[in-house]
Amino acid sequence: MTKEQIKATILEIIAQIIPDEDLSNLKGDIPLREQVELDSMDFLDIIMELRKRYGIEVPEDDYTQLATLDGSVAYLEPRMKEL
Amino acid sequence: MAAGKPNEARIVITGVGLTAPNGNNLAEFRKSLLAGKSGIQKFNVRYMGEVLAGICHFDSLKYQKKKELRRGTRAGSIAIYCAQEAIADAKLDLACLDKSRIGVYLGITEHGTVETENEVYEIKQFNYDVKYWSHHHNPRVVANNPAGEVTLNLGITGPHYTLGAACAGGNIGLTQGLQMLLLNEVDLALGGGVSESTGSFGIFAGFKSEGALASHPDPEKACRPFDKDRNGVVVSEGGCIFVLERLSDALKRGAKIYGEFMGYAINSDATDFIFPSAERQVECMKLALNKAGISPEDIDIINTHGTGTAEGDPVECQAISEVFGEHPHAYMNNTKSFIGHTMGAAGALELAGNLPSFKDYIIHPTINLDHLDPECHLNNLVINEPKKIDKVDYIFNNSFGMLGINSVVIVKRFEGQS
Repeated sequence: MTKEQIKATILEIIAQIIPDEDLSNLKGDIPLREQVELDSMDFLDIIMELRKRYGIEVPEDDYTQLATLDGSVAYLEPRMKEL
Repeated sequence: MAAGKPNEARIVITGVGLTAPNGNNLAEFRKSLLAGKSGIQKFNVRYMGEVLAGICHFDSLKYQKKKELRRGTRAGSIAIYCAQEAIADAKLDLACLDKSRIGVYLGITEHGTVETENEVYEIKQFNYDVKYWSHHHNPRVVANNPAGEVTLNLGITGPHYTLGAACAGGNIGLTQGLQMLLLNEVDLALGGGVSESTGSFGIFAGFKSEGALASHPDPEKACRPFDKDRNGVVVSEGGCIFVLERLSDALKRGAKIYGEFMGYAINSDATDFIFPSAERQVECMKLALNKAGISPEDIDIINTHGTGTAEGDPVECQAISEVFGEHPHAYMNNTKSFIGHTMGAAGALELAGNLPSFKDYIIHPTINLDHLDPECHLNNLVINEPKKIDKVDYIFNNSFGMLGINSVVIVKRFEGQS
């Protein structure tokens, strides 16, 4: 996957988890939780979706790296580029 | 519990919220019951394929966001819909009430079965690796979930819990609400029952294995209590929640009053896991009449529990005949014949369906009764067509469940109701 494809995939997963939120104006460098209603259980849903769809394991120590959209793409890029 | 008590010790029903397979509010439900309209349909269930079931078609997004629906349970969603509708029907403004003095008491037959089956099915796709088991599982399956979701949705901070009482749950949720008002634990009670049972293949399969799952080429004719050709239960989902208040509070705010809660009784067979006991049902019915301070001849309508099983229906008929046999003016009907067995919601929904009789004096019938089983003969069973009568002062509501739990609720017309 390219970076753009990874970003689109993350947005698609988030849209599935918080379907009432408008994601069209999400800023990449601001924490997601400051921009949309996304609580800790929702965040765990993102982790679970990555596991189920792509077999990606995100250790708990790395959760902070997925706080923003840009951070998520950077973290996942080496793990998803071969997909 | 008879009149003569101070108004603070008299409990009345001032709001009804419901969803049934044939109606999403009391007016729709009542219209279907008087028109003979069933709510049973074909339905696909995991591992079993096509079965017959009663499915509710309420607007689940009326009071919840999509995310809340995804996170919560079907029972929670049904409960929220019913609670919101009941409060609206009672014309209550929650913003003006002390939310710490509102209690939510919901009867359930079971809870957690649906969610557990879903999760097991999900991890099966991953060779049963439990790291794919959802973090939402525990809050979804805790037994208080349906009542808890109501408090989350409405911001109610008083007590909430469910009452596991098999298919007597609806009557028992209602009874708990009454008791908590009388104990002065709350000032307003949301009492009733809910069921999401159609989401569980295990419930259908369990009845099938017992030889008690109804089948019929025409889904609408599948639930046929007291008929010679009955062949089991139709599993349904549903919910019904009542707003209960002290009469003094209801009068103060000029509330519409559906009826006064006059008596109740709950007892146990202590005989069998599944098969009912006429002896204990008789005791339960008599106890309720005693608590209400009335006699069998005072009762005008009996909503029977009959589910359409070969074993259960004759036992209830025998018990009713023993209690009411000499008083044939009490008319009897069966609401499950329209909507199937809504499990934890059944007692509450079936009572709700009869409440309009206080105003219109019409009794909805038992439908699908083509060949009465002689073992199910009841005096004044209203068969297939509604019946208009001259007086409806008392409604008597039977609701029984597995493990031998029996319940009766008696509601009286409120004199001077608006």
